[in-house]
Amino acid sequence: MKIHQLSLFLENKPGQLTAPCRDLADAGIDIRTLSLADTQQFGILRLIVSDWKRGYELLRDKGYVVKDTEVVAIEVPDRPGGLLEVLKVFEKSAVNIEYMYAFTFGRGDKAVLIFRFDDPDAAIALLNSAGINVVGSVEVYNR
Amino acid sequence: MAEFLFENRIWDPAETLPRNELQALQVHRLRDCVARLANVPFYRKAFAEGNVTADRIRSLDDLKRLPLTTKADLREHYPLGFLATPRSEIVRIHGSTGTTGKPTFVAYTRDDLALWANLCARFLVAGGLRPDHMVHIAFGYGLFTGGFGLHYGAELVGAAIVPAAAGNTERQIVLINDLQADVLVCTPSYALNIAEMMRAQGYTPDKIPLKFAHFGGEPWTEDMRLEIERQMGLLAFNNYGLSEVIGPGVSGECVVRNGMHIQEDHFLVECIDPDTLEPVPYGEPGELVLTALTKQAMPILRYRTRDIARLDPTPCPCGRTGIRMGRVIGRSDDMLIIRGANVFPSQIEEALLRVEGTAPHYLIEVDRPGTLDEVTVRVELRPERFSDKMSQMHGLREDIERQIHVVAGIRANVELVAPQTLERFIGKAKRVVDHRKEKGLI
Repeated sequence: MKIHQLSLFLENKPGQLTAPCRDLADAGIDIRTLSLADTQQFGILRLIVSDWKRGYELLRDKGYVVKDTEVVAIEVPDRPGGLLEVLKVFEKSAVNIEYMYAFTFGRGDKAVLIFRFDDPDAAIALLNSAGINVVGSVEVYNR
Repeated sequence: MAEFLFENRIWDPAETLPRNELQALQVHRLRDCVARLANVPFYRKAFAEGNVTADRIRSLDDLKRLPLTTKADLREHYPLGFLATPRSEIVRIHGSTGTTGKPTFVAYTRDDLALWANLCARFLVAGGLRPDHMVHIAFGYGLFTGGFGLHYGAELVGAAIVPAAAGNTERQIVLINDLQADVLVCTPSYALNIAEMMRAQGYTPDKIPLKFAHFGGEPWTEDMRLEIERQMGLLAFNNYGLSEVIGPGVSGECVVRNGMHIQEDHFLVECIDPDTLEPVPYGEPGELVLTALTKQAMPILRYRTRDIARLDPTPCPCGRTGIRMGRVIGRSDDMLIIRGANVFPSQIEEALLRVEGTAPHYLIEVDRPGTLDEVTVRVELRPERFSDKMSQMHGLREDIERQIHVVAGIRANVELVAPQTLERFIGKAKRVVDHRKEKGLI
């Protein structure tokens, strides 16, 4: 089950992060989790929001450079070696992990991580055959 | 007979004069011009010093004995010290924009205006203009020669003119579409603004009525032509001129689009090294030096244009015999010297357009923080080139840096900035900020 991530191009100057957060807040769209990749010159803000379609259209219409990307949310046991078990699934496969980041919430003894794969469908197939739980979009957006 | 993009019509038979007849005419006109310039104090003095009189002009080789004229000479005789006719014969004044100091004025008699219209009609027809066309002119109308020059040229051909003038891009688009304009006239950078807004409003090239465009007023590149043509679905033509010589109408492209034919029956052209003032060989870039042979109010001898271009004397399949000049690749004034290398802003632009996906909105900043020059090129990111992957974003930046190195031979830092954040220009674009000048380092 793939979920939608919004990516935003931000220039590295004051106020760049505030503006899109305010625009989302004003529209009543909740940010579920985020990750910021930054360089000296620019940053890429990656967002999982409660209503990605509305969020995408809102940000695009406001003039942001925004892109919709499919990512995968995976349940990872919250104990030593938990993440390793997931990573091992891809070790010998042709699927690459581009980047990953975590949700702030967990589920009991489990953490939820967002993975950006070059081939999300192949990744999901591998996860399913390894019996690792892929978190559904409804749970991610509406939690 | 060569295959042309469209019918190769010639407006004025003088455009195809055989070279030997053309040269005889040039010598005759040069002699006549020198005689008339004896009324102008600047030239009278120079003629006396060089022992030049009209009857001593026997061939075009004698041109070398005539003085060069510079912008500084025109300023020194501000406002109308170069007039060769009585003031009462002037019917129009134009001038340079004065972006680099005090404006300079040029004057026209009634005959001068008729000549000017004819010269503009020549290149407009060479570039596809027909009497049944609707011409949308988004050049400034004022002291700047662009608007009026092409206006009267197109009118002489018999086309219908929409004198929209520059500015208010949304209104330009409404006019172009509602009146179904066939031809667009403006600066190439403004055409890109119009194209960008049209695209944002959902116009695809097949929905844009324009068929031809005539661009001038600033240097541009071949890649920029392809970009504008692709976005607007038209054929774009280059023309060249400057107010000191007459305005637009000095040269323009024909259907072959491989250089601009200089209208040599009215202008003599030389191409020189700006430092040594010696002629450069054909095909080598040099500063154009122009003599306006037939103007009445303000003929000018050997005017140093500061524009750098190449000359191509090979015959053109279109039948016009005027020598062709390549694109202006820069101005000897705009030329940046970066760590000793000569760089023109147009080269940066060419590099940007080579990297698919970078919009040609950019700003070049030059600084010397320590002992070495540093160049930063800010480039607006196109939304379709944005990626959530950092590696791709770095790849795009590196591609641009590599192309700048290939085209301009310098290492520049490229900064990607958000779309629509760099300043937009309606007339001539300002693309360079040289902090070395502010600091008094150059």
